[in-house]
Amino acid sequence: MSYLLRRIGFYAFTAWAAITINFFLPRAIPGDPVQSLIARAQGQLSTDAIQSLYILFGLDDEQSLVSQYFEYWGQLLSGDLGLSFTFFPSPVSDVIADSLPWTLALVGFTTVISFLLGTALGVVAGWWRGTWADLLMPVTTFLSSIPYFWLGLIAITLFADQGGAFPSSGGYDPGVVPGWDLDFIGSAIHHSLLPAITILITSMSGWVLSMRNMMLTVAAEDYITVAHAKGLSQRRVMVSYAARNALLPNVSAFALSLGLIVGGTLLVEIVFSYPGIGFQLFSAVGAKDYPLIQGIFLIITLSVLVANLVADLVYLLLDPRTRKEG
Amino acid sequence: MSGEPVLDIRGLSVDYGLGDAAVHAVRDVSLTLHRGEVLGLAGESGSGKSTLAYGMLRLLPPPGVVRSGQVFYHPGDDEPVELMSLSAKRLRRFRWAEVAIVFQGAMNSLNPVHTVATQLTDVIAAHEPRTTPAARRARAVELLTLVGINADRLGSFPHQLSGGMRQRVMIAMALALEPRVVVMDEPTTALDVVMQRQILAKLVELRERIGFSVLFITHDLSLLVEFSDRIAIMYGGRIVEDAPAGQLYRDSLHPYSDGLLHSFPALRGPRRELTGIPGSPPDLRAMPSGCAFHPRCPKAFDPCAERTPTLLAPDGREDQNRTVACWLHTADRAMT
Repeated sequence: MSYLLRRIGFYAFTAWAAITINFFLPRAIPGDPVQSLIARAQGQLSTDAIQSLYILFGLDDEQSLVSQYFEYWGQLLSGDLGLSFTFFPSPVSDVIADSLPWTLALVGFTTVISFLLGTALGVVAGWWRGTWADLLMPVTTFLSSIPYFWLGLIAITLFADQGGAFPSSGGYDPGVVPGWDLDFIGSAIHHSLLPAITILITSMSGWVLSMRNMMLTVAAEDYITVAHAKGLSQRRVMVSYAARNALLPNVSAFALSLGLIVGGTLLVEIVFSYPGIGFQLFSAVGAKDYPLIQGIFLIITLSVLVANLVADLVYLLLDPRTRKEG
Repeated sequence: MSGEPVLDIRGLSVDYGLGDAAVHAVRDVSLTLHRGEVLGLAGESGSGKSTLAYGMLRLLPPPGVVRSGQVFYHPGDDEPVELMSLSAKRLRRFRWAEVAIVFQGAMNSLNPVHTVATQLTDVIAAHEPRTTPAARRARAVELLTLVGINADRLGSFPHQLSGGMRQRVMIAMALALEPRVVVMDEPTTALDVVMQRQILAKLVELRERIGFSVLFITHDLSLLVEFSDRIAIMYGGRIVEDAPAGQLYRDSLHPYSDGLLHSFPALRGPRRELTGIPGSPPDLRAMPSGCAFHPRCPKAFDPCAERTPTLLAPDGREDQNRTVACWLHTADRAMT
């Protein structure tokens, strides 16, 4: 238990550091967001308006940095991430809440599927080394070396352009009203199929390769020979002895990849103009929408931290050696 | 102690690799383990002791291959079984139920992610699928008690046990199905001397109580002199001498056995000079011609470099139930 508490303490500290950096970063960038807003308004803002904008963005010169910092924390804890420029005056938290589900559904789902499929294939490929299963290796090595955005472009050209079977952009048909009904869900799935398959093909190979390598390492362990000598069935030795041990590093890699779901597949969302958080970040950078960038960074950082914590917990569950005696 | 044979190895040869690049690790070895006997197999590192044991049970990981030879297992009342020609399914049923192994390196022989209980019961479940989980667990408790481990250790993971305990768990596991033969591959190498003693004493006691045969593989000849009935000495993939333990200790015939015996001090009896063996073990890829030991042998003479001696009863001692592969002792018959 003390191990767990120490880990949680460590993550709390990291989260604090990340949030603090997130506070200072925009203040360190030359030119502040208000200046760029003024530039956009082309001098049509009065001094009063400018001053209230500064206060609105928490950049009030009359306030000390320390009190700004505490105010920032206060807003953060009440879920207030400021107002977005591009979607002015809607708050950043609303913009993120709109786009986050798209990314979670598309990338989250494909990450899980790709991990499960890839790991299973890796187990088989590692166990039956030296047989036809070796044919899998050149294929996966080739696939894992393809950049997924490039594969996405190819997929759009082949299947989406000029009356192809799949849409090339967006998250759902423009004519459909978002809601929990069949029309909308069907349309969303239809739109996500192509990007999902693209991610799946390129990311699965990594799991296959790493799982196969771990299987080969574990297969040389003494306890595998013991398991064979005990006359256990092939399946039991493969699953309960070899794969069970080979899985450990893959599981922690998987938990880390869960953290990258939120920000990791930016390019796929750009290629498919998918209304997820990566696409949002891309447009926010283009529009110099500092509050939105800041907010998305914060979400990405926190999700990576949470994923790390999950990785620790899962490891604790799977590997008895990490459990400390009470 | 020369009852009927229980395990009979005939002309076994094991290679690593195939074709011309193959390394011949075990060369034409014949060895018989009798009922209730402790047969010691000694030799330097790389002499092929472990390869022989794994080879005869078809447990060699690639690139190890059994090139030729037969291994007969005598179940007592039934027809003997030839292991090399056994189907995969029958081999799986044969393993552990008839011949169990205690492996070298107690540290890595247990699966780190499963409890002791799981690893003790899964072998029972695999061979006796009709037993209930409760019965298997009871059997596991019984086995642990047998090797002197408290039953509350059942739920422990391997890393929570000391090295000696782990090795005792392995011994308990080996006895789970009451096999007739237990192969011990350097079972005490990783342990300190006190623990070695305890484990071996436990083993001797269990063997007297349960009555299995032991093939004991080690590089530590002093252990064998004390614990085994017969000793076979291996060098360069061949057996060079096979004799009752007492005879071998008092009156070894092969110069290599003699060298091994003079590599450790005796605790009792007259003082002997420690000499050791000059040179280093042969390179298996480029074995010397004739007797593999001749470049290091203090007594080498004409035929040694040219012709390989065969394992025969020594001249003038045909009645002593021992064999040796050396021109010094088998010159008359092997030369013709």
